[in-house]
Order: sequence, then C-alpha cells, then structure tokens
Amino acid sequence: MPDTSPTRSGPLADVPHEPNVAKPDPILVADEVRRSFGGLTAVDVDHLEVQRGVITAVIGPNGAGKTTFFNLLTGFDSPDHGSWSFNGVELTGQASHQIARKGLVRTFQLTKALSRLTVMDNMKLGAVDQRGERLLSAAFSALWREQEREIEERATEILERFQLLDKKDDYAGELSGGQRKLLEMARALMVGPELILLDEPMAGVNPALVQSLLRHVTQLRDDGMSVIFVEHDMDVVMNISDWVAVLAEGRVIAEGPPASILANPDVISAYLGSDEGADAFLDGE
Amino acid sequence: MDLISVAETALRSAFGPQAAFYALLAIGLNVHYGYTGLLNFGQVGFMLVGAYGVGISVATFGLSLWAGVGVAVILGIGLALLLGAPTLRLRSDYFAITTIAIAEVLRLLVRSSPATDLTGGPFGLQGVAVDFYAINPLSAGLSLGPLSYPVAVTWSLLVTWTLVVLTTVLVALLMRSPWGRVLRAIREDEDAARSLGKNVFSYKMQSLILGGVIGAFGGAMYAIAGSTVNADVFRPQVTFYAYAVLILGGAASRLGPIIGAVIFWFLFSFVQGFVRQAQSADLLPEFFSSGAIGGAALTLTGIGLMLLVVFRPQGIFGNKRELALDA
Repeated sequence: MPDTSPTRSGPLADVPHEPNVAKPDPILVADEVRRSFGGLTAVDVDHLEVQRGVITAVIGPNGAGKTTFFNLLTGFDSPDHGSWSFNGVELTGQASHQIARKGLVRTFQLTKALSRLTVMDNMKLGAVDQRGERLLSAAFSALWREQEREIEERATEILERFQLLDKKDDYAGELSGGQRKLLEMARALMVGPELILLDEPMAGVNPALVQSLLRHVTQLRDDGMSVIFVEHDMDVVMNISDWVAVLAEGRVIAEGPPASILANPDVISAYLGSDEGADAFLDGE
Repeated sequence: MDLISVAETALRSAFGPQAAFYALLAIGLNVHYGYTGLLNFGQVGFMLVGAYGVGISVATFGLSLWAGVGVAVILGIGLALLLGAPTLRLRSDYFAITTIAIAEVLRLLVRSSPATDLTGGPFGLQGVAVDFYAINPLSAGLSLGPLSYPVAVTWSLLVTWTLVVLTTVLVALLMRSPWGRVLRAIREDEDAARSLGKNVFSYKMQSLILGGVIGAFGGAMYAIAGSTVNADVFRPQVTFYAYAVLILGGAASRLGPIIGAVIFWFLFSFVQGFVRQAQSADLLPEFFSSGAIGGAALTLTGIGLMLLVVFRPQGIFGNKRELALDA
C-alpha cells in the first residue's frame, strides 16, 4: 500500500527529468532488461524505476518495444538478459501466473474477454486463493460456497463502479468493444493488484467511453494502486499521467512529467519522421 | 423389408454395451474438449490402457478384478502425465498431433509379437471377467418390450450405465464449481487465465487426467463386459466416433455425451440393419456388392450426422447462444 499522497507534483517533484533516474519509492525496478528477436533488439532497458502510487505512462513510436517490455515484466515472454523486482522481490524467471498473484497484473492490447463466460464469471475468475478452484474440494460446494458469495459481493461492487452490473448475466462475447475493455480492467482488479499494467486501454474505444475509462484509471491511483499504461493518444497521456517514460528502439530515451516530455528534443526527434509522431505532437500541444 | 425388427435391433444397440462404452469415452472427451478446449485425438489410447490394465492384471498375472480396475486407473493417470508433460505447454495443434500418435503407438505395441507374453499380442487376452460374472446378482435378463438382453449382458450394462451416471454427476458437480470455471476460462483464452494468476499448465493436466481416467473406465468396462481384450478394437476411428457422439449430444453440456451415445448407436445400427434388409430384398443398386454393405452403412450414418450438424450445430443439448459467440 502506498505511503505517499498521489498528487501530480507530489512524490516526484524533486526527481530530475532524465532517463533511468531513481525514484523515492519505486514499486518496480528493472535492470538491463534485453530481448531481441533475431537481429532486432526489441527491448534494451538499462534501468527503469516506477514510482509507487502514481500513474506512469509508457509512450513511444510504433515498434518501440512497449508491449514487448510489458510481456517481459509480466512473465509472458522471457528476456535474453536482465532482472527486475517488484516490491523488492525478484521476479526474474517467474511464471506469468506467479507474477500476477504477487500483485502485478496486466491487461492486453487486444482485449481478452472470455467470450463464452458470463460477465460475472469473468469477474469471479479473477479472485485468487479460491478453495473451489482446487480439484479435490471443487465437487463439494459446501467447502467453497461461503467464499464464492464473498467473491460475488466484491465483483458486484466493482461491476457497479464500472457500470457493467446490468450486464452481469450476459456473455462477455456479447459486450461492445469498449465494455470489454472495462470488463478486462474490472476483472484485473479482482486479483487485488498493487501495480496494474494497462496495454493501450483506450485503443478501439469510442470517444464517449474514453472519458469514463480515464476516470476509472485515475480512480485506481486514488484508491492507492500504481498504474503503468501504454498509450498512443497524447491527449490521454497529458491528461492523466503523473510521469512519462519514453521508449524508442527499445531504450528509455526520456523520463519526466508530461509537460517536460513535450519539450524534450530527444523525444521530438524520435517521433518526427513518422506521421504518427507529428500527429501525436500536434494533438498534444 | 421388416422395418420394425430393424428399429428394435437399433433400439437395443442404443442402450447396449457399445453405447455405454462410448458414453464414457465421450464424457472424458467432454472434459478435455468441451470444457477445457484440449483437442485430444487419442481418447482411444486411454480406453486401451484401461482395457489392458484390467486384461493384463487379471489374465496375465492372475490378480483380482478390483486390482485390475485399480491398475487401469493408474495407467490412465500415467498416460495423461506422459502425454501432457511435454505437450501441454505447446500450442494446441502440437498436443492434438501427439495424442493421435501416442494412441497408435500404444495399439501397435500391445499387438506386436514380442509383447505376446504380456498382452497376447495379435491374439489378445481372454477370460478377463470370470470374477465379474461370478458376482452377478441378477437371476434374469432385462426384458422390456424390444429392450431385452441376456442376463450376463444385463449385468454388465447395469454396471456400465451406473458408471456413466456417476461420472456424469461428478463432471457436472466439478464443472459448476470455480474449478470448472477455470477450465472454461482456459478454453476461451489461456493467456487471460494466466494474467489472472491461474496455473494453466496444472489445470490442463488435471483436466487431461480426469477425462483420461473416465476414458480408461470405458476401456476397463469394455474388457470386462466382453471378457476379452483385442488390440484391433483400439483403432483411431474409435476416437472419432466418440467425437461424433459428443458433438451430436452437444459439447460442454452435461447430458450431451449420454444422449449423443444413445442416438449415435441407434442411428448407426438402424442404418446397418436397413441396408442389410434392403440388400436381401434386392432393392440396392448394382454397385453395392455384399462386401460394400459396411461401407454403405457408414456413409449413410455420416450423411445423417452431417445433417444433424448442419441443422443443429450446437448438438442436442448444446447452447446455441454460446455457439454463436464463437465466430
């Protein structure tokens, strides 16, 4: 749990605006994490610290290695080299489900709603340490009914917050794209994460829903969670992030509060040359 | 043409030994494929180890029938571990290929001449179920209109269908539990289940063991009911018939495998009887020589199954709303 009050200029006010910089209270520390595919080095992060209790945006041009970096941190891919720790616990080499159980939970760029499960079942699945998930006790509902009821209560609260409660008995496959994004985020909360990694949470979501999604993300921080998210939309990044790390060609080339990033010449040169970069900056200015 | 007697025979097979074994195989497959999404094309391999587990224990080593059933279960678990350990981490296609290969390897091994001392090789094993028929408490066979079976068959049917009901209840209890929810989540998207802290490999292995042991029970009852084991029975098409049974009844439904097995064997036997009668009444075209009757019956059964799948793709008990989400 965080011990800092998460205001935009709070804990990170005195941190210099430069890459690989140390933070006062890092929840995640990555060192020399490298991953290459054939001749292409997708990720080559020397040192990155993520502050507890704030929203950190990871941005970068297409192919900068953002998603690959997420996959490495959460055990969905293994690095060629490097180590990282979460809350001081070494995570290198751990399986993805073990990392999730430690409180580092991710969502996916391409939403993974479990289509042929109901919204409520999607939610309940997220709860950890369920007695009823053990084969030997599963057949005896008396052993897990009470816990299941508690889980359902918690799921109902979260669904209510995400305005999905009236959909709880629908199949997840029947939801709209934006609702699936909401469900995925809500489901991740059921795991009880301390740090949540959102991979392009706004991608493919209709603009009307973006505001509501943004509110949910800032709400996560206000509830004491740490958030890292990958995003292309500079408006979104400027709006809600407390700190921005810029990846280009797998390296962290800049860090700082959102305003400092826009003015950073390294970032501009990494983005410019691609249409996307020009657009992103025009939108952001 | 005597369609009444054809229908009566078909009805007898619909509830007969074959239907009961296939119901067990399909219940196991339902755990694998219907609930977990594991494409197991080697279910007959589990049936084989079940049958030979009983057969070898009793006929070769002279152990008791109960010990034989215990060996069948242990072999079922062993096969699941052997099959799953190297392949369950891979993509599902690799798993599917491995299952069909291992089942064939097992069949060729048990029927090979060097294995004759143990498995009877190509001659198989006999006298497997003397103990079983010795404890038959029934004094007369079932006789319910056209549904009549000799006393020994009635006894083995009673035990096999009881096993079918018990495993169906067990699977239904497990699948409505949070454990079953994890399996269904894995079927939908493994990575999502992983990202929520579920040990996907372990759950897939548990599913493979559970469905495999149920398949091994099918094999054990097969060996017991016929009192013999013969390697030639365990050909790959057994698995595909079991899939037909499962899809007909409705994958991921509770009663699907049972109803599927009953309908499949009714249809199969009816078509066979019909073709045979039509041939003796000289109603068939020239190219159906007497040797091609089996093939003709299979073809017609296949067409019947295709029609069922076209007009009712979710199977008899499947959920149409769920199926529509697949696309």
